[in-house]
Amino acid sequence: MTSLHFVNARLVDPEMLSEDEGSLSVEGGVITARDGDAPRGARIVDCGGKRLAPGIVDLGVKVSEPGERHKESFGSAGQAAARGGVTTIITRPDTDPAIDTPEVLEFVSRRAAAHSPVHVRPMAALTKGRAGREMVEIGFLSDAGAVAFTDCDRVVADSKVFSRALTYAAAMGALVIAHPQDPSLSAGAAATSGKLSALMGLSGVSPMAERMALDRDMALVEMTGARYHADQITSARALPALERAKRNGLDVTAGVGIHHLTLNEIDLGDFRTFFKLKPPLRAEEDRLAVVEAVATGLIDVVCSMHTPQDEESKRLPFEEAASGAVGLETLLPAAMRLVHAGHMDLPTLWRALSLNPARRLGLPAGRLAVGCPADLVLFDPDAPFVLDRATLASKSKNTPFDGARMEGRVLGTWVAGQQVHAV
Amino acid sequence: MAFRQRHLLGIEQLAPDEITTLLDLSQHYAELNRGPDKHGDALAGMTQVNMFFENSTRTLASFEIAGLRLGADVMNMPMQASSIKKGETLIDTALTLNAMHPDLLVVRHPHSGAVNLLAEKVNCAVLNAGDGRHEHPTQGLLDALTIRRKKGRLHRLTVAICGDIAHSRVARSNIWLLGKMESRLRLVGPPTLIPSGAADWGVEVYHDMAEGLRGADVVMMLRLQKERMDGGFIPSEREYYHRYGLDAEKLSHAAPDAIVMHPGPMNRGVEIDGTIADDINRSVIQEQVEMGVAVRMAAMDLLAQNLRAARAA
Repeated sequence: MTSLHFVNARLVDPEMLSEDEGSLSVEGGVITARDGDAPRGARIVDCGGKRLAPGIVDLGVKVSEPGERHKESFGSAGQAAARGGVTTIITRPDTDPAIDTPEVLEFVSRRAAAHSPVHVRPMAALTKGRAGREMVEIGFLSDAGAVAFTDCDRVVADSKVFSRALTYAAAMGALVIAHPQDPSLSAGAAATSGKLSALMGLSGVSPMAERMALDRDMALVEMTGARYHADQITSARALPALERAKRNGLDVTAGVGIHHLTLNEIDLGDFRTFFKLKPPLRAEEDRLAVVEAVATGLIDVVCSMHTPQDEESKRLPFEEAASGAVGLETLLPAAMRLVHAGHMDLPTLWRALSLNPARRLGLPAGRLAVGCPADLVLFDPDAPFVLDRATLASKSKNTPFDGARMEGRVLGTWVAGQQVHAV
Repeated sequence: MAFRQRHLLGIEQLAPDEITTLLDLSQHYAELNRGPDKHGDALAGMTQVNMFFENSTRTLASFEIAGLRLGADVMNMPMQASSIKKGETLIDTALTLNAMHPDLLVVRHPHSGAVNLLAEKVNCAVLNAGDGRHEHPTQGLLDALTIRRKKGRLHRLTVAICGDIAHSRVARSNIWLLGKMESRLRLVGPPTLIPSGAADWGVEVYHDMAEGLRGADVVMMLRLQKERMDGGFIPSEREYYHRYGLDAEKLSHAAPDAIVMHPGPMNRGVEIDGTIADDINRSVIQEQVEMGVAVRMAAMDLLAQNLRAARAA
């Protein structure tokens, strides 16, 4: 395996929260030195003063295998990830069928290993068929490599079922990821309730549905001692509940999708279905509150919530159209908006993009320390471009950023010391 | 002529001078419609297709008569019985229809925004005949024409829109229109039927009829849209009628010369007392229906002119 010596780089270190000039040595797929001499025979990579950071660990990516490979495969998702500086994708089990048995998980792992240029770590469903009735074989699935258990956007409405699953998962040390959204309050909603959705005549859900579900989940976590992660916290009203839970010592973390950090409900405009997400885009005050929570660390993880949808499921009246947007390739430039707007610095952003998700899942990634895997991204945070969705590597092109002016270009991506993307 | 639209998708897109142009021409057609020779030729040679994905009697009839009176070839497509049942998407249906070269496409659809989506995919002029809970522009225009004929103006009037605002596209089009024409708007109804965020629309919100109607020049009653409700918005029809149904006592709080409007079809004894609906001194409900034909003639006439101009260019 080739040795590498990155020179003339600005090293974005989310652990030290620093951004210093330096060099980085890689041997055998592992970081072996910082600011040391070049290893013998190493290929010198001149970073040209650009940023070198740990690769992004994207928690909650939908690869549409099994079931809908025409929307996204491990090959296409892996390519999109490599181009987006994502070196580990944590896949969701909301496939068809759901990933709820060790056999399906094994299929997914095999496909991923054969076709994806970046690391893939799968999650499994929390209940069989994501139906919210019986828990899956949490033990077998953990042994088979499931890094977390989640029913994705289907909320386990039955509190007894959910508390049992949490109790069992706690004993196994398994992480449970939930989608805090009161299911009856949010049923049928296509937008956030308020002035705009009401004028458009769209059925809306109050952001309070998020806080209600988070309140219930926090009570159950307190009761069971489970390890819990909220997939997306998108509203100001849910933040105090999260803060309280953390202060009380519960083993709780939270994430947010990049679209909720960079877009708001006004973007729905003339019923543009590429902006239809779950939960729906929020008011600007909510967006700013959640951005602030990422900057302070109250929200731990920023992810793409990559959700491929084909044209047929989006070219429909707004309320009938499918939810979700692709994001693997646009996560980094979109996240740069937070830095350029002065909301946070690069190391703080990288803590949420890379270090925190890796830590939460017990992965060695997300760090620039000696001994850590050489999963790296080299990027220019200021390089401007206009996004053309046709150029995306994903099979599905449902990005809300089509035609948007963005800044931030990935120049190179390395997974375990192997270059998987270069411009 | 001040009318620059390619489609009539909503009142939201219209400027005040465009609304005035539409109403002036509607006034002309209203007079024509009262005469013995009702025929015009503004749509001669044109094909008008009425595509209704939702049940309608009066709006469909009104558009059909309007088209026939202006000389269009009119075809009605009852979409519930058609290809939509076979799984064809809205856009495919639109493209199929588009291939037959219609000039005017009148669309009603149960989903908000569906008509906007469809308009992006076809070459003809599209008229929104009601989409979900979003807009019903010709209803807003016919209400405005009726008010203007009775009150002589559209500005500086106090208009109370009462009842089921939440499920009403008529209310939204009227709020846009009367707001643009600088009237003072009140929304009156139980809080469960006033959409959240309505107070930020630049209107006054009341939950009490007597207060909401006080001094109003126009009282616009809305139908309780039972078919759009998924249950539990009001405890019962009799309690609703007691608190929000328009009867003589509640109407006595409005201005002495206040007019009473209703987009129909009415639920007598639910949102409006039958004797008030039939009171020729107060109720303008029949005139609303009459103005509906005139407004639709004017809207199709103006869109056809723009379509001809665009094709000539």
